[in-house]
Amino acid sequence: MRYIEPHGHMVSRVTDDYQDMVTCGCQAVCEPAFWAGFDRSSADGFYDYFRQLTEHEPKRAAKFGLAHYCWLCINPKESEDVKLASEVIDLIPKFIDSPSVLGIGEIGLNKNSRNELKVLEMHVDLAARHEQLILVHTPHLEDKLKGTRLILDVLKNDSRIKPERCVIDHVEEHTVEMVLDQGFWAGMTLYPESKCTAARAIDILENYGTERIWMNSACDWGVSVPLAVPRAAVEMRRRGHSHEFVDRVIFHNPARFMSQSRKFKMPSGI
Amino acid sequence: MTMTRQQVLDLYFMEARSKVIDLAAFLDRVDRATGEADFRLAALRGAMSVLTASEGDRAKHVLLGLSDTSVEPIPAATTKAACGAPVPAVQA
Repeated sequence: MRYIEPHGHMVSRVTDDYQDMVTCGCQAVCEPAFWAGFDRSSADGFYDYFRQLTEHEPKRAAKFGLAHYCWLCINPKESEDVKLASEVIDLIPKFIDSPSVLGIGEIGLNKNSRNELKVLEMHVDLAARHEQLILVHTPHLEDKLKGTRLILDVLKNDSRIKPERCVIDHVEEHTVEMVLDQGFWAGMTLYPESKCTAARAIDILENYGTERIWMNSACDWGVSVPLAVPRAAVEMRRRGHSHEFVDRVIFHNPARFMSQSRKFKMPSGI
Repeated sequence: MTMTRQQVLDLYFMEARSKVIDLAAFLDRVDRATGEADFRLAALRGAMSVLTASEGDRAKHVLLGLSDTSVEPIPAATTKAACGAPVPAVQA
């Protein structure tokens, strides 16, 4: 089996996870910029974090033969401070030409506040000016429906943004249809308690098809499962789905989306 | 869909049974505890009523019932975490 992990916060994971992922067939991992669990105190903290994402983590992944890509932003959870967000966004162009940067993400909303919306718009403008792919975080739990609608409105209202170059992550049963219907990619996140289970994600595939949709683990510093995607693949096979079906969802789809960035190199090994 | 109903039951019945028992035990636990509950319990009871509906899309309707359906951004985020159920307007 081969797969691509489109959303893993590897800076918060140990080397055992890299070994396990590669053993299960992971060919590439893509890491969006995230909230570290605490608020960084200045833009300097983000500068160091972006260095970690673009310089250190690819080297760490390479020790296991794994290609590592990243996305840059200030996460929605830290977007209430617009001044700080603006300083961080001003830093991003310094890193955008790094060979492993795929685009801007994971931008989006958290509590659906006015400042978060403003910062989201600033990121979208940055992505448009630099012709970057976009990876979007939709809010958790009760905030997801409202946040997804607000985010899609921001993206649709910017004529420079092409929906097929945006992935709206963490979709669930009540948001997936609006995302796909409007031409965006949809990410289903297999994360304990707060997001999808493998069974529900496969239900979504069976209801909506496999076009423009992927699975990810979003493994991070919380209780999460770096092997969620290969485990979901096993679940798909248990249900009788073909190897081709599984390969399309966990390898070809993420590869197809990421290949819209000239920096993404199609993995060659199995 | 690749499976028959029989196959779905064979694969998932035990897990679903376990989750129903967990839900029942959770409600018993709430009953045994003291003090008032909050809006989350009423929201959960509302969500559970969807389960016995005869129409489909139950997962979607459970999630919709547990969602904030307002449309305007809030003035400011005073917390980072979500709680799992929409805060009633009077409380918000």
